[in-house]
Amino acid sequence: MDIFELTIHQLHNELKTGAVSSLEATKAMLARIESVEPHVGSFITLTPESALAEAEAADRRIASGEAHVLTGIPLALKDIFLTEGIRTTCGSRILHNFVPPYSATSWERLRDCGCVLLGKLNQDEFAMGSSNESSAFGVTRNPWDTTRIPGGSSGGSAAAIAARQATATLGTDTGGSIRQPASHCGCVGLKPTYGRVSRYGVIAYASSLDQVGPITRDVTDCAIMLGAVAGYDPRDSTSVRTPVPDYTAALTGDVKGLKIGLPKEYFITGLDRDVQESMARAIETYGRLGAEFVEISLPHTDYAVATYYLIATAEASSNLARYDGVRFGHRSPQAEGLIDMMTKSRSEGFGAEVKRRIMLGTYALSSGYYDAYYVKAQKVRTLIMGDFTRAFENVDVILTPVAPTPAFKIGEKTNDPLQMYLSDIFTIPVNLAGTCAMSVPAGFSALGLPIGLQLIGRPFGEETILRAGHAFEQATEWHTRKAEI
Amino acid sequence: MKFQPVIGLEVHTQLKTGSKIFCGCSTTFGSEPNSQTCPVCLGLPGALPVLNKKVVEFAIKAGLATNCIIAHHSVFARKNYFYPDLPKGYQISQLEEPICRKGWLDIQLEGQEAKRIGITRIHMEEDAGKLVHGDVPGLDDGSGVDLNRACTPLLEVVSEPDLRSSDEAVAYLKRLHRIVTWLGICDGNMEEGSFRCDANISVMPVGSDTLGTRAEIKNVNSFKFVKQAIDYEIQRQIALIEDGGSVVQETRLFDPNSGTTRSMRSKEEAHDYRYFPDPDLVPLVIDADWVQHAHKELPELPEHRRQRFITELGLPEYDAEVLTASRGVADYFEECVAFHHNAKAVSNWLMSEVTRALNDSGAAIDACPVIPSQLAELIKMIDKGAISGKIAKTVFEEMWKNGGEPQAIVEKRGLAQVSDSGAIEAIIDEVIAANMAQVEEFRGGKEKVLGFFVGLVMKASRGKANPALVNELLLAKLKVQ
Ligand SMILES: [Zn+2]
Repeated sequence: MDIFELTIHQLHNELKTGAVSSLEATKAMLARIESVEPHVGSFITLTPESALAEAEAADRRIASGEAHVLTGIPLALKDIFLTEGIRTTCGSRILHNFVPPYSATSWERLRDCGCVLLGKLNQDEFAMGSSNESSAFGVTRNPWDTTRIPGGSSGGSAAAIAARQATATLGTDTGGSIRQPASHCGCVGLKPTYGRVSRYGVIAYASSLDQVGPITRDVTDCAIMLGAVAGYDPRDSTSVRTPVPDYTAALTGDVKGLKIGLPKEYFITGLDRDVQESMARAIETYGRLGAEFVEISLPHTDYAVATYYLIATAEASSNLARYDGVRFGHRSPQAEGLIDMMTKSRSEGFGAEVKRRIMLGTYALSSGYYDAYYVKAQKVRTLIMGDFTRAFENVDVILTPVAPTPAFKIGEKTNDPLQMYLSDIFTIPVNLAGTCAMSVPAGFSALGLPIGLQLIGRPFGEETILRAGHAFEQATEWHTRKAEI
Repeated sequence: MKFQPVIGLEVHTQLKTGSKIFCGCSTTFGSEPNSQTCPVCLGLPGALPVLNKKVVEFAIKAGLATNCIIAHHSVFARKNYFYPDLPKGYQISQLEEPICRKGWLDIQLEGQEAKRIGITRIHMEEDAGKLVHGDVPGLDDGSGVDLNRACTPLLEVVSEPDLRSSDEAVAYLKRLHRIVTWLGICDGNMEEGSFRCDANISVMPVGSDTLGTRAEIKNVNSFKFVKQAIDYEIQRQIALIEDGGSVVQETRLFDPNSGTTRSMRSKEEAHDYRYFPDPDLVPLVIDADWVQHAHKELPELPEHRRQRFITELGLPEYDAEVLTASRGVADYFEECVAFHHNAKAVSNWLMSEVTRALNDSGAAIDACPVIPSQLAELIKMIDKGAISGKIAKTVFEEMWKNGGEPQAIVEKRGLAQVSDSGAIEAIIDEVIAANMAQVEEFRGGKEKVLGFFVGLVMKASRGKANPALVNELLLAKLKVQ
């Protein structure tokens, strides 16, 4: 197997024995990127020079016997993570020239482990989108079928894994932005519990929903990455002091007696047939492994999408106010006076979807509408949380599809925002509830497109969903298939 | 028709914490532009606020000192508006759930009964930066933004519309000013904007219970200007109504040069701030222990101290009021009294000599070169008859200028009072011998001449003779034929 196809744990073994150096691995990865990038478009910025230097440093660390499992592993970050000295755009023209003076906590932690950064990955602008089509830096193509979208907003992070352009990547998930692209690209993607990973240095879309998580080739890698980035950060008031367990220790392969909830609201008519079949097979597999099933109800599921688009856009309208051309980022060259400068810089800098959401959110917070929209949405959010709390009184994990359909065609939904929004219908409730969930490869459509299953856990129940995902992976072959590119 | 003004005040006090409210940057005033900044107060992408606990402590203290309820659960909210000096495009403040609610302060105008002024709320918020125009090094033309002040902590204290005149408003402000400086949470510097005030003013016909339309006056930064601005605004509104017009709800700016107010923006132009709870900050939960701890740390408050000076130390009301104008003065006073128990004498010295010297030198009481033990010693020397009050003033001047213990100065300069009757008698004899004509006048019944002799004797003794003894001996000698 080529070096660029290895998982973290496989490559770590090679590095440890000296069979491969990090420098060789990094060079192999950069060569792979060069060859497939024109067909995929996963990256916004590549950092080959610093990557090679980091690889050499990693090799010295490995030689000194002080290697972490991630030392020398070449990976890439969604362009939403601030990287000191490396341009960070968030997929937006308004930040096309922004070079941050500090780094995100999650990148600092990975860098301290000795990771090698290959570059910054494409995404929907400000993480607003489900297809990567709203990026100001070109579309990203699905490596399984380059006429299709990779999902979004962490589309680059998933496509890079599927195209073997990085050993692992980090994404962010506000309404499904890790799980949905992971599902569409046949990868493992995990959205941790809100507060599990620091948001410091991650460009905010919707602060009460955003969460950092890994996209990887398999569940073991996912556990390794999560362990490295999780944990309390005094610079993020919403991060939580709950201790970080050794997630890899949870991968026992044993799901006997595990109670799996099947929410009737998620297995609706109109669900894509291929998706339906994959879910049925997955349930069978878990049954064979000794898991038990409980039919459950999450009665407020229908309101999730509307609730999400009020809360997320309200927060976004405020979070994106700082992009005004005054201190950094795009400044309109043809403005006269302060207010005109701010207005023009924003008009020129933001794309259509971002503007749409800023307007929606501004409206939801406006005086006279605040109670009817924002306050009501918060109340519904509480009800949705309650749905999950009650469900988890009887089950250990909840199994659902990640998305109603496999990856759609590029351009298919760009003119129909509502259709686009509905593609996150199964992932959004998890963000509103603040709990954790992951996407695991669970089959392919008739057209050969990957289909993911979603395992939802209790708050801070990452170990349980990792164990369940790992057991499924051990019993199936889906994750071993590779996109032909 | 007679009109009744209705006034409510919103006071912003800048807190004297070492670091800013949501980041670790220093709050030092007057540094190089943008030198006291970090990703958080610059509002860089990805940066997140972390609440400075010191600010909460200060807010709790302010709340306790103004008789407020301290909220067990309070929430930070974002106030959204665009301005170049506001780096995030929103200010982190508190709206629906402030940290303190429902307090009061008593004010007292001369010759009137004490009046209780309600405090609606006190909340924490961050300050904005400031725009700098023109002549700034490194700025060729146009404007720049200095964010050193961005994110410095403020407390906003909102009063009920309980004030009925500019005098009441000023009295309330002075009380509040005394409290925040007394607590040591604000330096109280109004010129530098550490204590600034907006006034909401309306007028209504006397006897009416329907409030008139109010105008908000911004930018009043001295007690004098507050009085001016309110008086002007009351007259403007009354004149407007009497002319058949009506007051419009608007924000007006006070112009200290002309003493007038002018329209800044109308109600229609007012911002919709789109407040909502800040998702980057968790709700602030203050348990009883925290409040209790702050309570223990509170100094004795001015009002309590004033009462105690009257009842325990027997000071007149006037003295007690003056001596509790600031915590520094009150502390100084009590330290003196601890050394020498003549409270009234200490009070007199503090209100006269010490105050005069402080005013002349522009020094604050805590930088007074004469320390309390020394002043007490000086007064003790007067009370013991070791020096006269007049000599004491000379000694005080010397202590102020060159330092030193009063005892040593008196000895060094030979200023000790002469109470040796032999020495005084010798002087008296000389004086009588030289002024026989006046002696005759005295003996002829013109007793006022005594003062003439006392003056001469004191002069001859260079002020050191014990005046009481001089009196006694002179009388005896003059009456003897
Ligand atoms: Zn700062």
